[in-house]
Amino acid sequence: MTMETIKLTIDNKQVEVPKGTTIYKAAKKLGIDIPVLCYMDLHDLGVENKPAGCRVCVVEVEGRRNLAPSCATECAEGMVVKTHTTRVINARRTVMELILSDHPKDCLTCPKSGRCDLQNMAVKLGIREIPGQEYAEMSTYKKDFSPSIIRDVDKCIMCRRCETMCNTVQTVGALSAVNRGFMAVVAPAFEQDLEKSPCTYCGQCVAVCPTGALTEVDHTTKVIRAIADPTKTVLVQTAPAVRAALGEEFGMKPGTLVTGKMVAALRQIGFDYVFDTDFAADLTIMEEGTELLDRLTRFLNGDKSVKLPILTSCCPGWVNFFEHNFTDMLDVPSSAKSPQQMFGAIAKSYFADKLGKKREELVVVSVMPCLAKKYECQRDEFKHDGNPDVDFSISTRELAHLIKEFNINFEDLPDEDFDRPLGESTGAGVIFGATGGVIEAAVRTAYELYTVKPLPKIDFTELRGMEGIRSATIDFNGLPINIGIAHGLGNARKLLEDVRSGKANYHAIEVMACPGGCIGGGGQPLHHGNSAIIKARMEAIYREDAGKPIRKSHENPYIVKLYEEFLGKPMSEKAHHLLHTHYFSKKKDIYIK
Amino acid sequence: MSHIKLELKPEQVAKIKEICKSFNNDPGELINVLHKTQETFGYLPAEVQEVVAAELNISVAKVYGVVTFYSFFTMIPKGKHPISICTGTACYVRGAEKVLDEFKRILDVKVGETTPDGKFSLNCLRCVGACGLAPVVLIGEKVYGRVSPDGVKDILKEYEEQ
Repeated sequence: MTMETIKLTIDNKQVEVPKGTTIYKAAKKLGIDIPVLCYMDLHDLGVENKPAGCRVCVVEVEGRRNLAPSCATECAEGMVVKTHTTRVINARRTVMELILSDHPKDCLTCPKSGRCDLQNMAVKLGIREIPGQEYAEMSTYKKDFSPSIIRDVDKCIMCRRCETMCNTVQTVGALSAVNRGFMAVVAPAFEQDLEKSPCTYCGQCVAVCPTGALTEVDHTTKVIRAIADPTKTVLVQTAPAVRAALGEEFGMKPGTLVTGKMVAALRQIGFDYVFDTDFAADLTIMEEGTELLDRLTRFLNGDKSVKLPILTSCCPGWVNFFEHNFTDMLDVPSSAKSPQQMFGAIAKSYFADKLGKKREELVVVSVMPCLAKKYECQRDEFKHDGNPDVDFSISTRELAHLIKEFNINFEDLPDEDFDRPLGESTGAGVIFGATGGVIEAAVRTAYELYTVKPLPKIDFTELRGMEGIRSATIDFNGLPINIGIAHGLGNARKLLEDVRSGKANYHAIEVMACPGGCIGGGGQPLHHGNSAIIKARMEAIYREDAGKPIRKSHENPYIVKLYEEFLGKPMSEKAHHLLHTHYFSKKKDIYIK
Repeated sequence: MSHIKLELKPEQVAKIKEICKSFNNDPGELINVLHKTQETFGYLPAEVQEVVAAELNISVAKVYGVVTFYSFFTMIPKGKHPISICTGTACYVRGAEKVLDEFKRILDVKVGETTPDGKFSLNCLRCVGACGLAPVVLIGEKVYGRVSPDGVKDILKEYEEQ
């Protein structure tokens, strides 16, 4: 069957496109890049944000009285379109001037400065003055500070990209457009603070916000102060996904691995110990893998009380999501803490003992691709007499700022190695950064512990990929293990609803809140919805894994030593105390049943 | 942990559920559900919106977005005596704004608000078709014509005992 096509003319060039194509996309086919502001195309997720709200993308269509927003207007047969007539350019300028007339002018100190789509558009369209300001007041709103995200909605331009992310992609439903006209803004229900909404702090709204309306809580100043304090020993841990994306902030190609340079930079900044969250990822596999086998064995022995599937619990956005939405299933996820928190717990006990220091003398900083990690490390259950296991979590973007602020020439740094003992990791720890990686790492260890045989092959390619929901069956020497994988909270919701209704039958499920897994996290260099960047980062992660001499968590010699010297064995009483947690319902009792 | 117990009576919750059900709990019927709910309760407080959201399986933020977009919907209960001041052209040029200011001053509320005792709510409307009597004020069903700022106090006095 041939698809119905349409022929039209754009800027005197002929083009043929499938029926239903917008003028914007048809122009793109001709290499004409019509400027857009509110528009966002998340092609691989099948999601397009085109509220036609900003009107920057307007074009002239012959025979039509008004200018048409090209992002939302479908092509018609014989259409004649002009994308840069004087009328179009004047209209775009007027639109920008109107948007800017109700936008704060603090670009010099705005956290988005230099990466702001609105600023870039003002530059592109040559805006030199903003007329009419003396006649009108600006709309002002209260700033909203949550543990992870700051909402400064004075800077909201109503593009509604965040709303698309929060509702369509993540199905979180924390944000909606509210009010109308001049007072219109994107906000949680009843314009309450984000903290009182079902927000998971996944940070995908921040990742797509074109302006400074949504930004992360910045902890870099606190980190600099801790480093400068002579009474403190400052440890840093870096998550697997950071090394696969940090280079982009320094103009390197997406997918460039900068592990060695990152370690060197952190040492130059002045951290006393540069460790790796990957070490704790290996530890997570020991605990979570053992828990999986324990539940599985009990289940196979006819224990009806055992809960399967086991759900991974390393992703704090995902944890927040099920604490809000799946409160009837709080005993299903693994009780294992996330690698960030396992690292903190071991650093402030085992490693503090080795240094002969008290936990209060240690400051643990984490570098994460994630904004929910900022919230996670502040949770009460991860504190000991008020002292948190992880003191500050900064994002990949914040680390890049820090490196620039310290005037380090990142590109020219030599490769350096992590410190021992908490810096040694395996390939299994590295792949935590990509969707499917945690469960692959778990399978590598669980298989060998269960069958007591070496794996015939280490790479489980059937668990990899970008498909939103995936499943595979792994043969544990005659015992088929059904694995489910979801990334993006909307996909997680679908998968979990199937589990709840009994439609899906899995032994283990991995969930990551962000599309692509941590490599696409809300704290990563902004990818503007370009999935080619996510894929490049994913390849980098698997490249790092393939190049590691040890690729199974249980073979990490420092993990073996940690159990021998300190923890005993996985799920021992001490391990339980330090490395496991429990979950709380965050659902509001909305009405009397 | 924010465990908020909201104080809707069970029969009120049942009523909202019934309304939602009459529209098959279809999220596409949100506006109709809100119309019917407001008709029943007089206004749409947060608690009511939460029940509607849960029944239609949509986010509360979305419901609140719709409630705040359409001026017909209100989250503030109307007073026992709703005051409407005409600010249409004729009334406006004959001093409606000064009359409105006097109501605001005496009652200490803004347009769209209700006095804390629930007695009066203050709103504006455009033309009641009695331009010959401008400026016009409506309280409940009663029409007051040629109202001057000085007369506002006397008008309100009529409702003191009620």
